[in-house]
Amino acid sequence: MNLRDFLTIFISCVFIYNVILSRFLGLCSFIAISKETKPALAMSGAVMFVITMSSVITWFVYRFLLLPFDLAYLRTISFILVIAAFVQFVEMVIRKVSPHLYRAFGIYLPLITVNCAVLGVAVLNIDMFFINGKAVAGSFYYSLFQGICVGLGYTLAMLLMSGIRERIELCNVPESFKEFPLAFIIASILSLSFMGFNGFKF
Amino acid sequence: MKKLFQEFIKGIIRENPTFVLVLGLCPTLAVSVSVANGLGMGIAATFVLLGSSVIISLVKKFIPDQIRIPCYIVVIATFVTIAELCMKAYSPVLDRALGIYVPLIVVNCIVLGRAEAFACKNSVAASFFDGLGMGVGFTLALMFISLIREFIGAGKIFGHTLINAFEPVAVFGMPSGALLVIGLLLGFFNYLKRRKA
Amino acid sequence: MKNNLNVNVSPHIHTNESTAKIMWWVVASLIPAGCAGVFIFGLNALWVIILSVLTALLAELTWQVLTKRKVTISDGSAFLTGLILAYNLPAGVPLWLPVVGAIFSIIIGKQIFGGLGQNIFNPALVGRVFLMASWPSYMTTFIKPLAYDTVTAATPLAALKEGKAIEHLSTLELLLGLRGGCIGEVCILALLLGAAILLIKKYISWHIPVIYIASTGLFTYLFAGKQLFSGDWLFHILSGGLILGAFFMATDYVATPLTRKGQVIFGIGCGLLTGVIRIWGGYPEGVAYSILMMNAATPFIDRYTKNKVYGAV
Repeated sequence: MNLRDFLTIFISCVFIYNVILSRFLGLCSFIAISKETKPALAMSGAVMFVITMSSVITWFVYRFLLLPFDLAYLRTISFILVIAAFVQFVEMVIRKVSPHLYRAFGIYLPLITVNCAVLGVAVLNIDMFFINGKAVAGSFYYSLFQGICVGLGYTLAMLLMSGIRERIELCNVPESFKEFPLAFIIASILSLSFMGFNGFKF
Repeated sequence: MKKLFQEFIKGIIRENPTFVLVLGLCPTLAVSVSVANGLGMGIAATFVLLGSSVIISLVKKFIPDQIRIPCYIVVIATFVTIAELCMKAYSPVLDRALGIYVPLIVVNCIVLGRAEAFACKNSVAASFFDGLGMGVGFTLALMFISLIREFIGAGKIFGHTLINAFEPVAVFGMPSGALLVIGLLLGFFNYLKRRKA
Repeated sequence: MKNNLNVNVSPHIHTNESTAKIMWWVVASLIPAGCAGVFIFGLNALWVIILSVLTALLAELTWQVLTKRKVTISDGSAFLTGLILAYNLPAGVPLWLPVVGAIFSIIIGKQIFGGLGQNIFNPALVGRVFLMASWPSYMTTFIKPLAYDTVTAATPLAALKEGKAIEHLSTLELLLGLRGGCIGEVCILALLLGAAILLIKKYISWHIPVIYIASTGLFTYLFAGKQLFSGDWLFHILSGGLILGAFFMATDYVATPLTRKGQVIFGIGCGLLTGVIRIWGGYPEGVAYSILMMNAATPFIDRYTKNKVYGAV
């Protein structure tokens, strides 16, 4: 566990294996909500928070519940329940504590439960930082950091995309390619340009 | 009987989950590198769709309305776990190729969408055929995309080289190629639709 | 009436004549570098350039005829795209490569967004990274300068990346372009000549290129050496496609920020990304990728560096 590993995780999560542009997780929300910058930012904030927290929670669930009782095969089912419960809980708390925040983020929270990025990162953490049913040294910190970085990658893709789409609103795009098709093609070019970081070694 | 057949057939073209409803794209793009992967993913998703549709329409009377989504998710996750374990046991190669996208069928919008939109309101038989139709439609779309990507990106189909002189466009096997293919296909289908109208 | 009400994103270019004039001037200013490239790498380079330009024109014509739009191939923009794409290719590539690349550049990089003035990304660079991802072996096989046959040579940057001892290239050799590399990027003197023409005619402003080059130089000076503050910054500036990229690709009117502040951010961003990719990335050269990434960020930069309306809060 050292700085180098964290930097590699950062670059690989934000650019090379960008959660949206390379792993295609959370693609639905990416295409649906990236039409304007404001909601895109709100969604990114919510996703970042949920991904980070759920990385932590699912790590604890896996490490201290599933592994000791030999229940690793319940991974998928338990993770999705934990995530759903957590999101529900956050929604209730925000609604009680800050109606203002709820208005900004609240409507995106239910969507996040079925956002593949959240479950995807949880499963990835387990795949990457547990070897043969044992946590690698520092796996908790790696998981936490990977959660944050995936959230950052999501935010970056969202921001770039929403900026671009606000601009092409005014363009003379061929009728058949308006909206979804062009959004995918832009995502494809973004993904091509992020390939510049391939093979990054610090 | 005719009605059931219609439930089946609508998922394949008129309400094709990938190209018309634009649902469940994450696995579609991620695993469509080769036709074999696409087929495997399609079968797994169809199994989950079928199982969850039938079970949910069976127990729809007993599920309280407020907590129906968590209940659906549990049912779906159960079938996903079954699919995952079967795949691990009988086809470890496929399991490794599909990676995290098998557990992610849980959050595939198609599955939950069908549960919420169809299975919780219709009879068991209708749900069965609806699930089957959607699954087959998804599989066909997935195979169509992976056919394009495998042929252009690797010059092969089902792992067999077709034309020797063809220099594969490697980018089609990469993530950006997947996004490009789906973008162009959606644009093309829009074009066809507009021309018909 | 309908054709006169043209609602477009900025930059608002008022008449077709002036767009065309600028485009053809940029083409003219690129000619010296092309001549140098052909002289250094031989006739195959000329074929690559011709094919790339012709295909770009044909692709634009075909698309505009098929979609029943106004045919605008005489405005020089497609010509320029084809030319810049060719300058970004090694001289020894098989001749179908520029053809495929030019089609991709024009259709995916430009026309799908609605044509000239609306493309988010620099079309030629879209074509280049597409070719790079698809056929990396062709895109990284370079011909030895002045050898005129198939003797291959690594670019100085690639040699550096692989940790080989760099053949000692003097600064003069780098300036003249006697090194392995892409057709249009090698002869720095010819490129600077072209850039000077554009600067004097005020078709490009100095902000983006100078800041871009300076920040790349500074970054490599800081981090490219064995310890801090010992990088060979002059070598990094003169090798690779930095000069070509900074003056002719990062100054694209459409895909770069409009405000001065935005242009400064754009230049610094390009410089940092280029440095990072060159020093720690897997590819030896990062100019194309960094310009594309900053193109993607341009709408966002524009949005936050917009000049405030006087009196507005």
